[in-house]
Amino acid sequence: MEIYLPIADLPVNIFVVFAMGLSVGFISGMFGIGGGFLMTPLLIFIGVSPAVAVATVSSHIAASSFSGALLYWRRRALDLALAIMLLAGGLVGTALGVWLFTFLRDIGQLNLVIALSYVILLGSVGAVMVTESVRAMVRLQRGASVDVRRPGPHNLLHGLPIKVRFKESRLYVSVIPVWVIGATIGFIGAILGIGGGFILVPLLIYLLRVPTNVVIGTSMVLTLVTMATATVLHATTNQLVDAVLALILMVGGVIGAQFGAQAGQEMRSERLRLLLGLLVSLVGLRFAIDLFVMPGELYSFRLLEGGR
Amino acid sequence: MNRILSIVWAMILFAATAPAAIAAEGLVVSLSTQRVLINSVFTGAEIVLFGAVTRDGTTPERRFGYDVVAVVSGPRESLLTLRKDRLVGIWVNVESRTFVDVPSYLAVLANRPFDQIAKPDLLRRLKVGFDNTILTQRIGPDYADVVREDPFRQAFLRLQSERGLYLEEPTGVTFLSPTLFRATIPIPAESPVGSYSVEVMLFADGAMITRTTSAFEILKVGFERFVVTAAHDYGLLYGLATVAMALMTGWFASVIFRRD
Repeated sequence: MEIYLPIADLPVNIFVVFAMGLSVGFISGMFGIGGGFLMTPLLIFIGVSPAVAVATVSSHIAASSFSGALLYWRRRALDLALAIMLLAGGLVGTALGVWLFTFLRDIGQLNLVIALSYVILLGSVGAVMVTESVRAMVRLQRGASVDVRRPGPHNLLHGLPIKVRFKESRLYVSVIPVWVIGATIGFIGAILGIGGGFILVPLLIYLLRVPTNVVIGTSMVLTLVTMATATVLHATTNQLVDAVLALILMVGGVIGAQFGAQAGQEMRSERLRLLLGLLVSLVGLRFAIDLFVMPGELYSFRLLEGGR
Repeated sequence: MNRILSIVWAMILFAATAPAAIAAEGLVVSLSTQRVLINSVFTGAEIVLFGAVTRDGTTPERRFGYDVVAVVSGPRESLLTLRKDRLVGIWVNVESRTFVDVPSYLAVLANRPFDQIAKPDLLRRLKVGFDNTILTQRIGPDYADVVREDPFRQAFLRLQSERGLYLEEPTGVTFLSPTLFRATIPIPAESPVGSYSVEVMLFADGAMITRTTSAFEILKVGFERFVVTAAHDYGLLYGLATVAMALMTGWFASVIFRRD
């Protein structure tokens, strides 16, 4: 069944879009990531213009992360205090990111920076996650006791001042690394148009040593706030949010996210990390191919003004 | 049904406007619709153009018959075209050109290949065909159309043709009788809204005898129009409403799927 999208200006098959929402929603619920880095390329692939895709995806992510966050909230697998602290840093990072975004666009190298950042970020995050989780699984195979919490000698971050206790995460750390992580995510998110969940999750696990089950719920709260803000900003500045497209994606997304969250809770955490690592690496590889392989069409264009 | 109506309409128009006593031919055209409405089930449309050549006893005999060229052009828009090239191993956009005020839609339809209808310089003067359409580029401080072989110009035409927004159809016009013809104007779903002009030119013996213009409009109606108006005029409200919709959907799902 075809439906015409009023802002994207093209007809799409409602079931195809729904299925896309469902599958990306499943992945986002499972790993506690927004899934923007998957959904945006998918929308562009079916013909939606990149600008509309980025703007609309933010509202889709807001919906699926809200439904996921509610689920984790009921299971008490969510650290609200940590999320608020991360957001505080995130706001500063977002402001800086928006400034750099404008600067890069003015000098005409925004697309290159975005593509390169995707390759470097996704590639390195993915590789780290894969190797770490494989190592953990090997240790588990050998029957050694796996101590995810790894107490004892803390890393450098734990020596910093202004310590705060995060009860849900069973953590007692300085807020400085929390703010820095939040700011980094906000910064990257503003430039790349992504929620940054896939970077936040490993940072919280490996740097702050937040338990995996709490990380996902917390990351969802952060994603929800940033993506809701992004939706409003996109709608007011360039009127590119397609509400009809968003609604179809959302309905699919929230259903998928519910099943994904349940699947994620049942899975062993190192296996979950391996899967996410593989997924992130694959998307990074996809971007790398675009950069290094000669494209079939060297020319592209985008609308400047008039017409519509 | 629509097409039959259009033929009838063309006939009425023909009868009403036929000039009384002019030696040269007249040209009467009619479109199957003046308005293409975009609603939520819109997947493209077709407009049928009907035309008749009017003659009277004093009109000279045309031994080789008539030729018709129809040029349909959509609202003007400006586009930035980018070219990728390899730079230290990676493919990046290295060059860009802006096409200024070019038609967002262009269909050139005729009953036989353009070069058989008229001489190249006449076709150029009348801007018939892609090669003779003016596509102004901004190159630095200058505004100019460039040579036909310009790679940017060719890429532009290629990309627009792939989207179905530019088409050249040398067999797009069909003569139903020596003086009655019809043509189908395809409107792909991605055609921009706005007013479209249809210019119909009548040729005989390699010369243009007469021409006439008509127009139609593509517009969004109903829910589609409501969404677009809301997004443009009440951006903040629209954004907040979309977020509210997202939260509602998310909350609703978590209630439905609640297991405990």
